[in-house]
Amino acid sequence: MDHLQQLEDQSVYILREAYKHFKSLCMLWSIGKDSTVLLWLARKAFFGHVPFPLVHIDTSYKIPEMIAYRDRLAREWSLRMVVGQNREALADGMNHTRGRLACCKALKTDALRHTLDGTWPRMVMNARGQYEPEDNPEPYTGVIVGARADEEGSRSKERYFSPRDHNSDWDVADQPPELWSQFKTDFAPGTHVRIHPLLDWTEINIWEYIERENMPIIDLYFDRGEGIRYRSLGCGPCTGNIRSTARTPTEIITELRVTTIAERAGRAQDQEDPHAMEKLRREGYM
Amino acid sequence: MTSVAADTQNRLQLAPREQMNIVIVGHVDHGKSTLVGRLLADSGSLPDGKLEAVQALCKRQGKLFEYAFLLDALEAERDQGITIDSARCFFKTDERDYIIIDAPGHIEFLKNMISGAARAEAAILLIDANEGVRENSRRHGYVLSMLGIRQVTVAVNKMDLVDYDQAVFDRIEEEYRAFLAGCGLVPQRFVPISARQGDNIAEPSAHMRWYKGPTILESVDLFKKAPPREDKALRVPVQDVYKFNTRGDDRRIVAGRIESGRIKVGDRVVFSPSGKGSTVASVEVFNAPATESMQAPHCVGFTLTEQIFVERGEIASHVDSAPRVSTRFRANLFWLGRKPMQKGKSYKLKLTTKEVGVHIHELLNVIDASELDSSLDKDEVGRHDVADVILETRRPVAFDLTHEFEATGRFVIVDDYDVAGGGIIREVVSDSFEGARADARRRDFEWVGGDVSRDDRAARFGHRAALVLLTGGAGVGKALIARKLERALFDAGRVAYLLDGRNVLLGLDQDIATTMDSGELVRRYAEVAHLFLDAGHLVVSTTNTFALADHGTISTLVAPAPVVLVHIGDDPPHNADLVLPAQTDPEGCVTAIRAMLREQNLVVRPPEPR
Repeated sequence: MDHLQQLEDQSVYILREAYKHFKSLCMLWSIGKDSTVLLWLARKAFFGHVPFPLVHIDTSYKIPEMIAYRDRLAREWSLRMVVGQNREALADGMNHTRGRLACCKALKTDALRHTLDGTWPRMVMNARGQYEPEDNPEPYTGVIVGARADEEGSRSKERYFSPRDHNSDWDVADQPPELWSQFKTDFAPGTHVRIHPLLDWTEINIWEYIERENMPIIDLYFDRGEGIRYRSLGCGPCTGNIRSTARTPTEIITELRVTTIAERAGRAQDQEDPHAMEKLRREGYM
Repeated sequence: MTSVAADTQNRLQLAPREQMNIVIVGHVDHGKSTLVGRLLADSGSLPDGKLEAVQALCKRQGKLFEYAFLLDALEAERDQGITIDSARCFFKTDERDYIIIDAPGHIEFLKNMISGAARAEAAILLIDANEGVRENSRRHGYVLSMLGIRQVTVAVNKMDLVDYDQAVFDRIEEEYRAFLAGCGLVPQRFVPISARQGDNIAEPSAHMRWYKGPTILESVDLFKKAPPREDKALRVPVQDVYKFNTRGDDRRIVAGRIESGRIKVGDRVVFSPSGKGSTVASVEVFNAPATESMQAPHCVGFTLTEQIFVERGEIASHVDSAPRVSTRFRANLFWLGRKPMQKGKSYKLKLTTKEVGVHIHELLNVIDASELDSSLDKDEVGRHDVADVILETRRPVAFDLTHEFEATGRFVIVDDYDVAGGGIIREVVSDSFEGARADARRRDFEWVGGDVSRDDRAARFGHRAALVLLTGGAGVGKALIARKLERALFDAGRVAYLLDGRNVLLGLDQDIATTMDSGELVRRYAEVAHLFLDAGHLVVSTTNTFALADHGTISTLVAPAPVVLVHIGDDPPHNADLVLPAQTDPEGCVTAIRAMLREQNLVVRPPEPR
């Protein structure tokens, strides 16, 4: 059978399981290719609807086009858009020059944790397309994330439904068993479950799917005439572009088939410590 | 791992190629990681320079290079020198692309091994030639059999340590074949290898001319893809029913994954265990060409011509090939929980999309899976044990036998918050309600519904229909509690009715009141209750008239409306939802019952104001 179709069916099944079991459910949307495919899969699973909020952690250093793109799709697709931020650290002037990992921890991990558990304010897009504080934010107990197993080592250890304790910590050595599409959908009060519908997708699968579905994707991934493009999107200061003239998903697929450079090679924070990603992830980073 | 996985995969996909998930299992230290490293290297699936880079790193650190180092993805793994979880990596042959799910051999990580193996289509079982068949060689063999993995190659590794001696290989093959036969598993072949030296990995070994069979890479290419399941009878476990009601969308879509068969517009389908029947009106898709049919193994959404009430956990099939329905079945299960599975304790069963309370009805045999030693006198199933059991569910479930339909013939058991066991269904065990169930299925299939659906009523009333049955010995005060409960529900705006069995006897049963055919009395009472429940009522009743055994018949005939069993006084039945003290505080009892109805999501919110 067609491998892409198999991946789509599996992701759709996981999304429907998540929607059925978690009353307080959200999906993390970084505006990047993986989580945008995830969002598209949600529309597949729910026949054009997205019946849960999309959460974006805004570090304030994101490439500006990403924010504009986010708000445009949110309006076009009637998304419930929720934005969280580490206001305190930003007021204190946190940036990557104080250490990339420290910056990631403050602006991404901490902001994510406190946005998810509702202890920091969440901004919600209203009917006029403006953001206003959410009343009585409740902790999310199910969080859908676009992590792929092939991205880097620690993600290859993930379950499709992966429990996080009350500190958002991930006990990688002691995870519950997962078999026969029977996922972890029961959880103790105060804990939450990360849900990974894209676990079995590869970077190439993502682009093949974008091509097959003819779905929208932010154009930072394409060469816009300067002979450069982004392969992986993050904060402006820590995300490098690559030399490439690929202008379409098809051209990107052709390019990826011969490259020997890792996907996250342009992500500066990974280079600070060989175990950077695992450390961040154990603490709750997506 | 980053670049190994991503780049290898990138280069694999020049043309659409077949893909297969395989798992490598075996006792700890029998050489899994070395074999995986070898497969990556010898199949030419590593990125350029990767092997040399790791070799150089080893040299700098002053240690001997091992193929296993290629895989060490995690700190913890490197620190302890054992594989913790089912990491994934990729290799390719001329035949197809493989994803290797490397599963840990350490007993502590059996649940990780199972999680990995459950995703596999075929397996390589590794045995150390020097150590021979060990505890986890046996346990993993048993688990593969239970997981339904039929394609197994046994690799007898470290042949270099036994001087490539054929006698050692033959002895291990004989012993292990006999063991696997006891688990119902017939391996495709045994291959003598040395992963470290590269014997019989990609090339036939010069050290073992006596072996004429395929190498490991050839033997994985001999694995076959599972035949398509679209030719079998239709099975769609209902995952959810959607009605979004936003942006002008009023479709009511039944969603699920087609585990086998094909569904198409115009098909008459029946939902088990409820027995409700309807016809497929449309197959729904998003951003895909419109279609009239869909087949296994795809996820599907479809609408029905009649708006019947179906819910998650039912299995849609064609009318003439419905799954089995019972509250009892015989199963083989393996237990992974820290706490043993105990007789008399209630657990949650998850079977396809159905979740239902379950307990051990009979513990026939407990087997130590590492030895296949059985003990008949145990009254619990310990961690890593395998058991032959008859399970009893609180409500009827639809299922198949595992050898007929894999996906609908297996289940997991949840203890506290985690999956603690899994099993496969070997045979259906008849309970005493089969006659009633067949009657109810016939009745429900032909049932003529009005335009007002169960959902419509539930939405207006703020509660679902349910039969609250009060049980208990004479003089415990259940009649008084029943009256007060009806009053309290009514005063709260609920649609409640006290159905006294005696009233059915006085009227409807006049013709048989003298003969007292108790089976017929129970049936008529349940059919009357069923009408009230179909009208959306909370029916309150005491069962002075009926023995406990008849509750099963009543539950069967009123399903899918739940029977909530409230026991007053001593000796509660095992399936009581609530047990309250006799003759103390009727008001308190009423409060407790109402709280439970809310807890069970039967009473959801205040009624709609009118």
